[in-house]
Amino acid sequence: MNEVLVLVEHTRGDIKKVSLELLAMAAHLGTPSAVVVGEGADSTVSSLGEHGAATVYVCADANMTKHVVAPVAELLAQLVSEKSPVAVLIPSSIDGKEIAGRLAIATNSGVITDAVAVAADGTATQNVFGGATIVHSKVTSGTPIITVRPNSIAPVVSNAAGTRVDVDITLSAVAKSTSVVSSVAVQKSGRPDLSEASIVVSGGRGVGGEEGFGTVIEPLADALGAAVGASRAATDAGWYPHQFQVGQTGKTVSPQLYVANGISGAIQHRAGMQTSKTVVVVNKDPEAPIFDLADFGVVGDLHSVVPALTTAINNRK
Amino acid sequence: MNICVCVKQVPDSWAEKKLTSTDSTLDRDAAERVVNELDEYAVEEALRLVEAHGGEVTILSMGPEQAADSIRKAISMGAHAGIHVSDPALHGSDAIATSLVLAKALEGRNFDLIMFGCESTDARMSVVPAMVAARLGLPQMTFANKVEVSGTDLTIHRVTDSGYDEVKSSLPAVVSVVEKINEPRYPSFKNIMAAKKAPMETLSLADVNVSGEVVGLGSAWSAVADFADRPAKAAGTIVTDDGTGAEKIAEFLVAQKFV
Ligand SMILES: Cc1cc2nc3c(=O)[nH]c(=O)nc-3n(C[C@H](O)[C@H](O)[C@H](O)COP(=O)(O)OP(=O)(O)OC[C@H]3O[C@@H](n4cnc5c(N)ncnc54)[C@H](O)[C@@H]3O)c2cc1C
Ligand SMILES: Nc1ncnc2c1ncn2[C@@H]1O[C@H](COP(=O)(O)O)[C@@H](O)[C@H]1O
Repeated sequence: MNEVLVLVEHTRGDIKKVSLELLAMAAHLGTPSAVVVGEGADSTVSSLGEHGAATVYVCADANMTKHVVAPVAELLAQLVSEKSPVAVLIPSSIDGKEIAGRLAIATNSGVITDAVAVAADGTATQNVFGGATIVHSKVTSGTPIITVRPNSIAPVVSNAAGTRVDVDITLSAVAKSTSVVSSVAVQKSGRPDLSEASIVVSGGRGVGGEEGFGTVIEPLADALGAAVGASRAATDAGWYPHQFQVGQTGKTVSPQLYVANGISGAIQHRAGMQTSKTVVVVNKDPEAPIFDLADFGVVGDLHSVVPALTTAINNRK
Repeated sequence: MNICVCVKQVPDSWAEKKLTSTDSTLDRDAAERVVNELDEYAVEEALRLVEAHGGEVTILSMGPEQAADSIRKAISMGAHAGIHVSDPALHGSDAIATSLVLAKALEGRNFDLIMFGCESTDARMSVVPAMVAARLGLPQMTFANKVEVSGTDLTIHRVTDSGYDEVKSSLPAVVSVVEKINEPRYPSFKNIMAAKKAPMETLSLADVNVSGEVVGLGSAWSAVADFADRPAKAAGTIVTDDGTGAEKIAEFLVAQKFV
């Protein structure tokens, strides 16, 4: 059986869309199996089956989430040695990439991060240098371990068996050498998750302050059902929380639509949004480099254009 | 408390980056080389920790001859010494080989903390710190935007998608930091002068007990098949707002079925 392991990310049973996308991608390579750990894992099994997982490996061990990434890497390493999968697909998140790195060391395998496509022969496509260059590469040793960006492929409903298999593991002392003592969440907005959203509305220094995010940027985001993003100038100034920074040192997003308001388009910002399918720009400086990426751009003051746009959209609903 | 900070020399992130057509490795001559910006935050955090707790900061880098400049640059922020692993066989090494060489160079040196930036601006993999932690069998305390040491206890705030986790371990440990953690200092004149005379160990692969067979382009665990520039985007429609700008965007969004 050409088993392909897919690591599932979920929040207390609420499956992240990227996990379902990875199951769809895994089906091109072989027979998808999902691997799920943590509180709420039980309630993901049927949905993972409906999205293509023939097998769902469940590890209920509470240690999986009590320590930083190493336990999950050890669990995957155990499954790799038992099942000899043709590949392991992991979401390209902070945790996902670090799990992939440790798994590569543990299984003596090659690792490719931030793939946006994986062909049937295992060739991965990456957009590097902020999306300016497209690279095709392949793992040449061991089990290919590939981390995949959200929004790379659409989830598919396929009614696979979704047979649950419980997995036990004895963790090493090293895996338990860190302990997560508490998790602090910034308040949940009810908006879509930034890295997974199909529309992102972003604000930069041109927004002018924290208030502008609340009165100008968020209403447009809500009219479009979008996530809110911000440039580093805006997060550094404390206008919007750091979790929402888009760019080289923030999130990489690849939505269907990216609306950049009052953002100049520095190379480090572009690195996080250049692969967006459609880009709309509002900026008062016609020379701003962000216009080079625009499918549609308006040279104007965002404080008048954006609220009017929000109204125009709401009027059309 | 003695701290080693791993610093990578990278092409300036403001410059255009290219792959070489001969072997698909990063064309390092196409751009000016600088210290990976994110590693400066790790150097700054290390300096603050030794200022508070005593001890020394050592800079470790693996890279070609010119990487020595980046080590001196990092030392000139206030660090004490440098270790440079350089060998022609290392050209084209991937993260797996890099982590092996760094881990071997660190073995037996008894640092209390081994610190990293959370990402190199050229490779952008964010895996080397986790790999080094795995290889050395040390606690992995990565993506920190706060680092606190008390005796042999270490506490960090690890950034997450929704906020942060408070994580504890004991020393020694591997730490990587995010750029929100601090504001790196500029080298003072005094430290720039001191850096010129700071002790620097230059090591070959043999010195760190790594065989040339397991590093470099030939032994990479993954291989680039081909690469191409992203096709240039067709120029978009740009209009100047005359009071109808918002309406025009709305029409565009409707035509594209976003509304
Ligand atoms: C190591 C490193 C990492 C970095 N990582 C990131 C990152 O992850 N993300 C990121 O975004 N940046 C990052 N940066 C910073 C980046 O270089 C830029 O400084 C930053 O993106 C600028 O943000 P901005 O476009 O909001 O601000 P500015 O560059 O100041 O641009 C503001 C824009 O707003 C326009 N404007 C002003 N007022 C109005 C108005 N009323 N209406 C319409 N338009 C208006 C202006 O014309 C201008 O184009 C990084 C830098 C470094 C060195
Ligand atoms: N060649 C190198 N020499 C020293 N440190 C490195 C090297 N490559 C990567 N690092 C460290 O590992 C971190 C993450 O790099 P990466 O996994 O390539 O994104 C960097 O911020 C550096 O601290």
